[in-house]
This record gives sequence, structure tokens and C-alpha cells, in this order.
Amino acid sequence: MDDKVIIAKRVALELKNDDLVNLGIGLPTMVQNYLPRDAEVYFQSENGIVGMAPVPGHGMEDPSLTDAGGGHVGAIPGAAIIDSCLSFGLIRGGHLDVTVLGGLEVDEEGHLANWMVPGKMVPGMGGAMDLVTGAKRVIVAMTHTAKGKPKIIKKCTLPLTSIRRVNLIVTEMAVIEPTEQGLVLRELAPHVTKEQVIAATGASLIVPDDVPEMPIAEDALALTEAVVS
Amino acid sequence: MKKGTSCIHAVELIPDGATLMIGGFIGIGSPHRVIDELVRQGRKNLTVIANDSARPDFGTGKLIAAKLVRKLITTHLGLNPEAQRQVIAGEIELELCPQGTLAERIRAGGFGLGGVLTATGIGTVVAEKKRTIEVEGKEFLLETALRADFALIAAHRSDYNGNLEYSLTARNFNMVMATAADKVIVEPEHIVPVGAIPPDMVATPFVCVDYIVERGDSYGR
Repeated sequence: MDDKVIIAKRVALELKNDDLVNLGIGLPTMVQNYLPRDAEVYFQSENGIVGMAPVPGHGMEDPSLTDAGGGHVGAIPGAAIIDSCLSFGLIRGGHLDVTVLGGLEVDEEGHLANWMVPGKMVPGMGGAMDLVTGAKRVIVAMTHTAKGKPKIIKKCTLPLTSIRRVNLIVTEMAVIEPTEQGLVLRELAPHVTKEQVIAATGASLIVPDDVPEMPIAEDALALTEAVVS
Repeated sequence: MKKGTSCIHAVELIPDGATLMIGGFIGIGSPHRVIDELVRQGRKNLTVIANDSARPDFGTGKLIAAKLVRKLITTHLGLNPEAQRQVIAGEIELELCPQGTLAERIRAGGFGLGGVLTATGIGTVVAEKKRTIEVEGKEFLLETALRADFALIAAHRSDYNGNLEYSLTARNFNMVMATAADKVIVEPEHIVPVGAIPPDMVATPFVCVDYIVERGDSYGR
């Protein structure tokens, strides 16, 4: 299974019915594809919609209805359109249950850096700083390493997104929970050992005696199907 | 007051060096005809306040590609390599702002507030050179209000008086920007008789709008 699919399938299990969720662009967007058909999870997009749905059938897209990446999307029955102030009021005011974002680095304090590489890449933070600071739960969905180098490290070297400690890190190798005591290894992906995770991590890990195998959403029924059918 | 004006005249009102708020999110809900006319007339040294720099050939990105922008106050350049290049080369002065903070700074400018207090950005590079203020034991960053000489916004429909209705996620920053500039120019997709937009559907009241860009000699141009 592709690393990103493993990550998206595991993150999908974190979303509960009635959650209001914001998925970042890229890997996090894949999470919606692995929710069970009967899931009642609501997606917010910071450009101004509560109740975003996958793109409708070809030729049915509206040029004025997009996600935060500018891609066409649909809307569920009962969706609401909001302006940027209200959209970020929901994010900053504690109305958003979960945000799932990608990461460049996460450190032992659970600090996330995901918005710039000085001198090389100036994409800007977009809504990431607001999301990480304001959401009730922050889940970082990222590959464990980049070009063989650990992304989970002692101290972030890149500019931080927020000083708020993220709640969970999900990679293709493991699930790690940042806590006050440090980074706790909570789950191991199938066929991955504790030693492999430790070797691929540039930070100290608290490793309990018993680390269970990562459950992965079995049913890959895309929400797309559920909505379109 | 007659608010209808040609796109050419609307842009002639804007001087070189003006500060512009421009609505849109990656060009969705941007006033594309006004942007094209700014490029055609070659307005220079602009300060642009916008959510993002869109793409080099779309939305606010066209102004950057034409090198008309001196300073950019924005949240995201990720989809515009030319904007990033100009920033790294020092050709554009960049003030990056978290998206929620940008929205609130504009709201403050439009609503008569000096600024807003937010937890977003605390402990990051965004907080550099800014005041932090403690309120009931919690630390906040003081983010000051933003205003512009002109707000260039897009709407789905305007009535003859300038009551505006938006469509889906093309609403985004247009609604708040309509409150925060000395002159507000709207480019609607449709101009409809007064009363065609029911009062409950008016998202921006006519009192905020100074100029309505008329339809050109052919539909949509």
C-alpha cells in the first residue's frame, strides 16, 4: 500500500460523527476518501464553506465553488456558505473539532513547522497558523522521513506554525502522540518494528512496553461514491 | 448618485502608488476585468492587500507578473512561482499575515477598530516587532487594522444601487473588504433591477459601494 494511503486511512479513523473538520491541501485531503459510507463528518474549507463535498460529476462543477486549493468541489445538502471572517471565526473561536495538516518538521515539544523554508520556499502560512492555534484537535499527517532524513526531530529548525502542541502525528510507520512528557509511540504500522521507528526518528521517543499495531480503515469506500450515489 | 461606470473609467480613478484591497481566493471571486484593465493601463507601484497571489496568469497574479506591485500584504504565494521569485529577488516587499489575522485586520479597518488581539502567531516569526498584550492571564498578539485607498471586489449580482449578492465560495474576502477602503469598486457578474435581490439576500449593503463596473459592449467583457 502506498505510504500516503496508509496515513490517510489511519487518520480517517480519528474522525468522529458530527465532527467539523478542516483538511489541508495534499495528503490530508485524501482522508475523506477513507471514511465509512455512513460517516456523518462535516468538512469546512477556509475559503468559506461548511459542508464541503467531493466534486460532482464531470460538467456539473460551478466555477465559484472550490476548496482552499482552488479545486472544484461540491456541497452536501444543508451546507452553508460563509465569508472569510466567519470562516476564521469558526477556526479561531474553537468551533472546529479537528484539523489535519501536512508537516515539514515536528519536534519533541509537539511544535509543528509546515509553512516555509527560508530562502528557498516562501509559500506563506495561508490558514495554517490559525488552524493549528485554534482547532480543538490538530493531527499532523506526514511521511515519517523526507529523502531519508527524519522529519520528527528534537527541535524544529524551520519557522514554527504555532507554539500550540499538536495532538497526534500519523506517519506511514507509526502513530505518535506529543505529550507534556515527550513524544509517545502509540502505534506501529503493520510490519514495522519499534527499532525501525526509533532509527527513522530524530527525537527521543517514549516507547511503552506494548505498542499495538496501527488499525487502518479497511473499507476504502470513497465519500465521493456515497455522495454521488 | 449614479454608481455605474465603465471598467476603463473605474481604473482611471486609481493613481500610481495606490493601496488596493482585492477580493478573491486563488482568483475565485476576484474582479478579473478590473485586474486586466489595471494591467492594460499599467498602474505602477501598487500596494496590494489580498488573500493570495493566485497564479501568474490568473487573478492578482497578473498584476505581479506585469511588475505593477511594489508591496504585497498577503497570506499565501504557494501557487505563484513568479511571485515567490520576485519576493526572493527583493523586487516585491512582502508582509505575510496569517489568513484569519488578515481577515480580522481588514474587519478592524472597516469597523472602526484600532486592531484585534489574537493568539495566532504568538511565539512565531509573525510576532516579531509586535506588541503582546495579556488579557485575563492569556497572551495575545496585537494586530493592527488595515485600510486601503480602493477595494476592488467581485460579486455575483449587484442591483442598480449597489446592493450585492455573492455566489458560493466566491464570497470570501469580498464582503469584508467592501467595508475597509475609501472607495469601493465592485465588478458584478450581473446587474439587476433594485428589488431583484431580496433584502435578506443582500450580503453587502449599497452604502458600502461607490462604483459599479458596467457590463462592456458585449457580455462578460
